[in-house]
Amino acid sequence: MTPTAAPSRRLDVAAIRRDFPILERKIHGKPLAYLDNTATTQKPASVLKALDDFYRLHNANPHRGVYLLGEEATAAYEQARETVARFVNARSARDVVFTRGTTESVNLVASAWGRANVARGDVIVSTEMEHHSNLVPWQLLAEEKGANLRHIPVDGQGRLDLTNLDALLDGPVKIVSFTWVSNALGTLNPVAELTRRAHAAGALVFVDAAQAVPHMPVDFQATGADFLAFSGHKMLGPTGIGALVSKREHLEAMPPYQGGGEMIREVTLLRSTWADPPAKFEAGTTNFADAVGLAAAIDYLTPLGMDAVHAHGRELACQAIRLLQAIPGVTVHGPPVTEDRGGVVSFTVDDIHAHDVAGVLDREGIAVRAGHHCAMPLHARLGVPATARASFAVYNESSEIERLAAGILKVKAVFHR
Amino acid sequence: MSLDDFYRQNILDHYQNPRNWGTLEHPDVSAEDSNPLCGDRIRMDLKIKDGRVEDVKFSGTGCSISRAAASMLSDEIIGKTLDEVKALNRDDVLELLGIELGPVRLKCALLALKTLKVGVYGIQGWKEEDES
Repeated sequence: MTPTAAPSRRLDVAAIRRDFPILERKIHGKPLAYLDNTATTQKPASVLKALDDFYRLHNANPHRGVYLLGEEATAAYEQARETVARFVNARSARDVVFTRGTTESVNLVASAWGRANVARGDVIVSTEMEHHSNLVPWQLLAEEKGANLRHIPVDGQGRLDLTNLDALLDGPVKIVSFTWVSNALGTLNPVAELTRRAHAAGALVFVDAAQAVPHMPVDFQATGADFLAFSGHKMLGPTGIGALVSKREHLEAMPPYQGGGEMIREVTLLRSTWADPPAKFEAGTTNFADAVGLAAAIDYLTPLGMDAVHAHGRELACQAIRLLQAIPGVTVHGPPVTEDRGGVVSFTVDDIHAHDVAGVLDREGIAVRAGHHCAMPLHARLGVPATARASFAVYNESSEIERLAAGILKVKAVFHR
Repeated sequence: MSLDDFYRQNILDHYQNPRNWGTLEHPDVSAEDSNPLCGDRIRMDLKIKDGRVEDVKFSGTGCSISRAAASMLSDEIIGKTLDEVKALNRDDVLELLGIELGPVRLKCALLALKTLKVGVYGIQGWKEEDES
């Protein structure tokens, strides 16, 4: 969508807020303004109920028991896979591997695909704005294989600088792995362009969609990417469940990630053969109950309309940028307000440490993140040791942004008296 | 606890006017440590005479809690024997700060103590079981 496209409809935030029990909590005597949604989101009652119902009524180990409960649990788990596949437009549910989350999805590909396909002297390309989870697994692989790492640089406004992309993609580049939406700055990266150019250079593409899938329409097949990963707990779902979506051919060709039950076809004492994907990559008892919870989260998000969800996040981010930039001493990092972006706003207040900003805001009931947001190289690039970050979800409202701005005035009053 | 209690005047005072701020030219002990969570970094330089801390300077970057704790701790250890310094623990630091902290912010408060102990144990041999 373009920045000027009007949302087809607006979220009914007042109604949405009633679905999230935790929003009734008071924090230090003030209503909770939860603005750390990039780290994890709160859960609607429907997700809590889905988990509770599953454990109360349907719990059994999927793909094992032939008794009724086993059949029900298997059906619920595979239905959850269908729901995920439909939500991100995977070609088939068979192309969806359940993982612990984005981090495990990156590790799965770096390990299973990487070991089979990356050799000494090969090149792995990533970017300077990545979350550590999309840097460290590739570092481990490069170390093991003697491969080389290259990183697409970030410009002063937190956008990828593609000026020298052709040079970065020159040579034996095997994979290009990048984030769709920056968790630290809210930057929206040009996924289609990066994918097209990486493919032209003969490389595969891995998209870290941990901040995209929860907040905007995602069409895996339209991106053209080879792999795409996201986490359930960042999209109103439970912790410990996420997905790797892949082109079928890679799942077919890749060796297994971990060995154990469920991922085998036949086992003898000396060797084994593998189940078809996705089971091949789901060793051991899976996190099936949380997969059901993730499906409930998707069932909550879908009727809201992901276009409307994205427009809501961007609107709150723009309001926050405008209000914060009007406060003397506040620096907002990342792309300007005129650009399309995710619902993430990182900022610094004078020379006040981000922990102190977040500490004072906490006393006002406002939860923001303070630190390097698991993106130390990006912060080194921006030249700031730590920033405070406000990030938004469907239940955040305009009045909370006003409270954030008022809270920052309080921060200044406390530290400049 | 109100905001004013949390950011007590003495914490803000130590943050804005840190005692013993800087580095020593020829320290007997110099240690540096960081908190990977927030990028806070503290260096502590000590001058030791007859087994006692004669002088101390600290420097680095950090939030009000971590800097105030370092400042208060630096005041506290001047004149103490190395054994007394080694006996300092987290409760001593929290008592100096005069506030209660959750496990996340506690790391900020204890960075200076951790740095100090790395330095002090460094000259007499690290004894893991003594770590507190």
